[in-house]
Amino acid sequence: MATKKKSTPKQKPTGQSEKLRTFKVYALKNGTVIDHIPAGKGVEIIELLKLKQWNKIVTLGMNFKSKKMGSKDIVKIENKELDINEANKVAVIAPTATLNIIRNFERTKKTRLTVPDVIEGIIKCPNPACITNHEPVKTRFTKEPQKALRVCCAYCERYFNADEIEIL
Amino acid sequence: MPTFDGRDVLSIRDFSKADILHILKTAKKFKQKTHPSLLSGKIMASLFFEPSTRTRFSFESAMERLGGSIISLADAKASSSAKGESVADSIRIVEKYCDIIVMRHSLEGSARLAAEVSNNPILNGGDGANQHPTQTFLDLFSILETQGTLEKLNVAIVGDLKYGRTTHSLAYALGLFNSKLHFIAPTALQMPDHVTTELKKMKVKYNTHKRPEPIMPKLDVFYATRIQKERFADAMEYEKVKDTYVITNKLLTKVKKNFRILHPLPRVNEINYEVDDTPYAYYFQQANNGLYVREALLALALGKVK
Repeated sequence: MATKKKSTPKQKPTGQSEKLRTFKVYALKNGTVIDHIPAGKGVEIIELLKLKQWNKIVTLGMNFKSKKMGSKDIVKIENKELDINEANKVAVIAPTATLNIIRNFERTKKTRLTVPDVIEGIIKCPNPACITNHEPVKTRFTKEPQKALRVCCAYCERYFNADEIEIL
Repeated sequence: MPTFDGRDVLSIRDFSKADILHILKTAKKFKQKTHPSLLSGKIMASLFFEPSTRTRFSFESAMERLGGSIISLADAKASSSAKGESVADSIRIVEKYCDIIVMRHSLEGSARLAAEVSNNPILNGGDGANQHPTQTFLDLFSILETQGTLEKLNVAIVGDLKYGRTTHSLAYALGLFNSKLHFIAPTALQMPDHVTTELKKMKVKYNTHKRPEPIMPKLDVFYATRIQKERFADAMEYEKVKDTYVITNKLLTKVKKNFRILHPLPRVNEINYEVDDTPYAYYFQQANNGLYVREALLALALGKVK
């Protein structure tokens, strides 16, 4: 895992790997780039996706300048394309993130992540008296409509803000 | 309105205004006329993993009065849950022996989990600090019975509003009917944010008070609950406020004619015994109404009335 600062690296637009510019974080041939992560959340995403166990290269960029966000983190994962379940997990802790799937240096898909209306099996209920903390039940939360992430446990019916949420 | 046949009763939030009115209307019919063999041949499992007197007795009495029979968990300590069996597994087994399950369990959300694994309807008799919907239905029934309406009433909800699950559910339900709510409690035990946030979302009018006296003349209903000493970190704080919320005849000198006092019971000292003889006391009739409301819920969920 490499940590670099300063400007945002741009993904190589075409498959001309021989003409790669000098990036602060080098371009990816195949894999996933998670961009626009709120600064400081990159490390959490690496832990969340259990990328320490991923035997290929993972690159973490912290505090890159961003026009939209001021500063942001970036995570690049070599030779791994995140599936929808993993993307949803990322969205819960980094709702502003974008997901770029790279194949042969080209971005084939860019997705702005959105937290699903029903979040299943991702969040641990912070309420110690909730049945989901005592029996093998898949947790289920519904997302409240307001902008800042707030969720309601389908079982104990309690509401929680983003800063109270723990990922399973 | 969805059919009630086979429907679970887990949380007041699962019911619309029309649903609630239909349940109350059905309960009224059961109060007016007995149906001694309506549920003949039906079996209710009564699974109270936690102690209960009124809820359990009234459910069991309701089932008996409708001609049904009961299998009961006499003592949770003697059940397989005490041996470590999960709620989900207990329900999977018990549902095979009955047509409907009434349960109480200390864990929040246990009734919803039970409903997910059971093919029979589940009636929640209380899941920890979360929900006790049949209590809310009987509270609403008693308000409707005494006031003739649930719309635009002035209702004071008094006492331990922070931890009292019945006060949360009642506030939500009355919010559906545009009633104005007055939360009377010491600051430390006021209505929690998650309830007031919900009420704001529903555009319910409410305000908070530390003392009841100034608003007594405008109230239609006074819903009292017990303030428990152990809720206070500082015993001195409890001593300071404990008498503020005791209802005496002196407090009732300027109330409206239709004014009624409700209480989920048991009371300890929050309603003075002298109040029992006034026309405003309605808490014992309220407890009695639990029977008709539970008869209605059993008959609706078993598809014997529509």
